[in-house]
Amino acid sequence: MKASRLQTVLIPLLLSAIGAVLFWAFWSGVTGHEGERLAALALARVPESGASNPVTSVLLNFRAYDTLMELAVLLAALLGIWSLGPAAAPYQPAALLLNSLVSWVVPMLIIAGGYLLWIGGQAPGGAFQAGALLGAAGVTLALSGRPNAGLPDESWLRVLAALGTLVFVLIGLTLMFLGLGFLTYPPALAKALILTIETGATLSIGATLAAAFLGGQPRATRTAEP
Amino acid sequence: MSHEILITQLLYGGAGLLFFLLGVWSFISHEPLWRKLIALNIMGAGVFHVLVAVAYRGLDAPPDPVPHALVLTGIVVAVSATALALAFGRRLDREDSERTPEVQGVDDREDGTHV
Repeated sequence: MKASRLQTVLIPLLLSAIGAVLFWAFWSGVTGHEGERLAALALARVPESGASNPVTSVLLNFRAYDTLMELAVLLAALLGIWSLGPAAAPYQPAALLLNSLVSWVVPMLIIAGGYLLWIGGQAPGGAFQAGALLGAAGVTLALSGRPNAGLPDESWLRVLAALGTLVFVLIGLTLMFLGLGFLTYPPALAKALILTIETGATLSIGATLAAAFLGGQPRATRTAEP
Repeated sequence: MSHEILITQLLYGGAGLLFFLLGVWSFISHEPLWRKLIALNIMGAGVFHVLVAVAYRGLDAPPDPVPHALVLTGIVVAVSATALALAFGRRLDREDSERTPEVQGVDDREDGTHV
């Protein structure tokens, strides 16, 4: 790389200027406490959100739109990865020791994922953490030589990857038809609805992360091609 | 107590800003795409640091849940965006190695061999 002298001087100067502005913004954001803050508003309404963990209330109730879009982004990323080519060749099958370790670790990860999904209503946890654990289980399986990272074949994988977005949108639309507004949960049903959405989202996130690790469209379908 | 909270926020958030700036510097001044990708991830980690620092309210008070939710979704989006970028990179490598057959592709998993 041929960096001219001007660049080596100019870039740090520019960056320190940007840094100064950012630090000033951060300072005034942290110290300027006048007026009502979003946190107080959110915390005050947690009891009626259907989840007693404030982060889950924000994710699945107050800012449910944001989470829906975010699941759509995950789905779009997976579609992009699949459209760029086939998955990489599988890793070589694991030897006895790693295999027996994997057969212990993967069920543990699935159980821990289920626990995090359930506990997310009351304590730190939820769909994203649980999905990340399921994705990690898939990555572990891929690293030990399973060509599809323990995922089902492509037609089912498509359903699994779209499940989170699908459940989210369906519940939103149903509520809209009932006259409540898109993703405005009735307080009595909020917990059940949030748990349903979170379950779908967990499966989707786990499947998407594991499929993304494979780096392309699953190979099983490619054998049919000439 | 509020003084301690402020110092913690400034330390953690300042480190996040430093991370972000280092990421920007690396993104601008390094040519290889994978280095740019790592730089982008470091920038993202810096932003998450700042958001978590903003949410901090002391050890005995619940943190602001809104930035926490943003970070939580942000991490998963960052991971999937990185995966997409890596898939783009593999495709670029493959196209390059097809154009110049004497150079072996960078991705050794493509033909099933491992180093």
